[in-house]
Amino acid sequence: MAAILPERKDQVQRKDGQAAPDLACGRASAAGSVSQRACVFCGSRVVLYPIADALHLVHGPIGCAVYTWDIRGSLSSGPELHRNSFCTDLQERDVIHGGEKKLYRCLTELIRHYRPAAAFVYATCIVGIIGDDVAAVCRRVAAEQGLAVIPVHSEGFKGTKKDGYRAACDALMQIIRPAADAARAAGEGGTLPFSINLLGEFNIAGETWIMREYFKRIGVEAIATLTGDGRVADIRRSHRAALNLVQCSGSMTYLAKQMEEEYGIPFKRISCFGIEDMAQALYDAADFFGDPAMDVRARDLVREELSELLPLLQEYRRRLEGRRAAIYVGGAFKAFSLVRALRMLGMKTVLVGSQTGNPDDYRQLRELCDEGTVIVDDTNPLELSGFLREQEVDLMIGGVKERPIAYKMGVGFCDHNHERKIPLAGFIGMLNFAREVDNSVNSPVWQFMPGHRNVSHSGGIV
Amino acid sequence: MTLLRHTTADVKERSGLTINPAKTCQPIGAMYAALGVRNCLPHSHGSQGCCAYHRSTLTRHYKEPVMAATSSFTEGSSVFGGQSNLLQAIENIFTIYKPDIIAVHTTCLSETIGDDIPQIIAKAKEEGKIPAGKFVIHVNTPSYVGSHVVGFSGMVKSLVDYFAVATDDKRRTINIIPGWVEPSDMREIRRLTAALGVETIIFPDTSDVLDAPQTGQRQFYPDGGTPVESLRKAGDSLSTIALGLSASGAAARALDAKCKVPCDILELPIGLRATDRFIDALRRAARVHVPEALNRERGRLVDVMSDMHQYFYNKRVALWGDPDQLVALSEFLIDLDMRPVYVVTGTPGREFEARMARVLAGKISEAKVRQGSCADMFLMHQWIKEQPVDLLIGNTYGKYIARDENIPFVRHGFPIMDRVGHSYFPTVGYQGGLRLLEKILDAVLAHKDRESSEESFELVM
Repeated sequence: MAAILPERKDQVQRKDGQAAPDLACGRASAAGSVSQRACVFCGSRVVLYPIADALHLVHGPIGCAVYTWDIRGSLSSGPELHRNSFCTDLQERDVIHGGEKKLYRCLTELIRHYRPAAAFVYATCIVGIIGDDVAAVCRRVAAEQGLAVIPVHSEGFKGTKKDGYRAACDALMQIIRPAADAARAAGEGGTLPFSINLLGEFNIAGETWIMREYFKRIGVEAIATLTGDGRVADIRRSHRAALNLVQCSGSMTYLAKQMEEEYGIPFKRISCFGIEDMAQALYDAADFFGDPAMDVRARDLVREELSELLPLLQEYRRRLEGRRAAIYVGGAFKAFSLVRALRMLGMKTVLVGSQTGNPDDYRQLRELCDEGTVIVDDTNPLELSGFLREQEVDLMIGGVKERPIAYKMGVGFCDHNHERKIPLAGFIGMLNFAREVDNSVNSPVWQFMPGHRNVSHSGGIV
Repeated sequence: MTLLRHTTADVKERSGLTINPAKTCQPIGAMYAALGVRNCLPHSHGSQGCCAYHRSTLTRHYKEPVMAATSSFTEGSSVFGGQSNLLQAIENIFTIYKPDIIAVHTTCLSETIGDDIPQIIAKAKEEGKIPAGKFVIHVNTPSYVGSHVVGFSGMVKSLVDYFAVATDDKRRTINIIPGWVEPSDMREIRRLTAALGVETIIFPDTSDVLDAPQTGQRQFYPDGGTPVESLRKAGDSLSTIALGLSASGAAARALDAKCKVPCDILELPIGLRATDRFIDALRRAARVHVPEALNRERGRLVDVMSDMHQYFYNKRVALWGDPDQLVALSEFLIDLDMRPVYVVTGTPGREFEARMARVLAGKISEAKVRQGSCADMFLMHQWIKEQPVDLLIGNTYGKYIARDENIPFVRHGFPIMDRVGHSYFPTVGYQGGLRLLEKILDAVLAHKDRESSEESFELVM
């Protein structure tokens, strides 16, 4: 087996026909590990960032702002204020004397200048330590400027990326709640017919637009997408939806639960990756609304899309049949879809893992995967490269830090994270995914890798 | 493009607010410097996110795996201090990742709670957590002071502080501290010194680490990097040549103070005159002759400069990035008859203005130079809106301005996240000068081709 930190032995499993204990997960990474995980701030920032007409101000040292500046291809059809990087750039004197005054000045300046629809203020590690009362500054500016100024409690050390998702959801509730209260008071709080919100959909490479279009075709109106191509006004209306569809469940289930509790909006987990899951998402929505006509429309839509798609996919399947894949993604729910999507291409998932899966996720993964598959929680490059070799992987699916690891080992790669540049969601997304996988797995460049069957170990062609 | 409609033409003083920064924080610089030491694992003493962000950013620029460990702070560590995290980290790292050196850098979090790293390292040693012949070194890199350049400089100085020793065994080697340049630049510096027949110790050296060849093997520690033995012997060298005051000056002075190795602090050898000074310094320090091959190399650069000068006359250029690069590039541009009119770095330090003033030497009276707080891409864009330029040179963050204002753009510096290949071709030395010239002219003429009306669109240019 690949080298594994002793503390991590129970975070790695091989499906081998035997009953196995639950995979250990949800714990902090061992100190000293080269973890692929990020922090609370990162979790909050990626969730809220796509709200395009809001001001996003990072209260902290410059790095936190720089590393989250326009890195996530969350597209906007209108305003692009979110793609700028605003930072209080805390200096030593601020650390000593406190950063509240500077925060107040920066926030006021920015709001006066841009008149955003709302403002989010992200607290970073250091703000938590020096004890700035970010919430108080936000309240004051909100009162003075007359707009929602929301503190996001995203101090990096206060947990994992998951806790950052929670902090982001709390921040969103601070937008939704006052709007819902006001609407109710005005007698306008009623549920809109055939309406949904899309939660955990971030419009990477324009995926939100594809999703919304599908739902529109079956007669469902998406009130708000949280947060892809997001607008504050839509988020304010989101409490009037009949149903919440939760896509990236790791990030947004918490919000869905709160909205269920406070506004009685039920929610369903969906995935828009792969044909089966995408179709299921549409059927689930139609089923929920209990409208036979909608059901027919959903089936028609799936049939139409598939009649175009399946013949094209057959060709990719022919080229990919029998190849072996590794998946390492942020949330485990996406991994389910990917295992199924790869299966549709004739590929076998031999290694699968996530940064933030829970025991239930890993049980399901175990059920879904073939015998011999290795399942990992919070892995690291050393383990990953060991498994890539051991499991004879042809394709790795991951994010920015995994790409060069795969390439160095002569393994094809597909980014299914922030850096995907073409939509991988929906039916068209499945075709894009197949094309991208084929493009990398079957690239002629791999024939030149030392160790490849045509290449001697010294690098020369045999 | 709607993105930059957010930039207004009127420059308004801001009270500390930074918009679209032209710097990042210290720890990433310390990480990059430590990667230039053989079998060294950088370690980030702070929250997990810092380490992940730095690794991602370095990966986006170098397109290589970047290994670094983290203390993975929790709420508990931020209350009780990070000592136990670091102790456990040291033990885990030597057990699993087996480096020769762990290079610890701090973060704003561990700095503010006041972790005493040397004391923790001493404790680790006492408890037998550091195997014989292995090292744990450190640098303090509070993110709320300086910039990534300061973090880089600090880690390079730490290499001197921890390893360099003066013995009686004096050597004829010359130390070269190359600064924060590409791996290809470090390789080019090695080629130049070899051509002169000068024996050198180059540190740090990220060539063969962050541009490692495809071997089909995954090496956790690639073959490159300055070995500990060389870092030790740096104390016995004849002299040190430090390239770039901001990134390399501190280490060179520390080596002088600690081991009495005299130093010469030069600007980065970007462009003709800076390369001449570098070659000359090497020649004098090692008492060697410049070989004819190198003279001919220089001659080719001068020849191409004369071939191209007709296109460059009076072109207004905006530059941003790190002080050492900006000073050297500005000198080269002026020698080509271009006008570096706007120069911005987020890295604070008054000496930058003095260095720029020396280079500008009253020749570019309209030049605006800004460093430190609020010296950012937003300010740069406002200046450009006030009065446009003909060319942009800097890191990836300039692409918004390039698009919005339709100005030719040459990528240079760190980070470059939207192109591949920059880390494989040097811009230092005579060869590097040629490459810069080709890139600049290509950008300028490609723009002209694109923008020319049909009747003025020409085959021969």
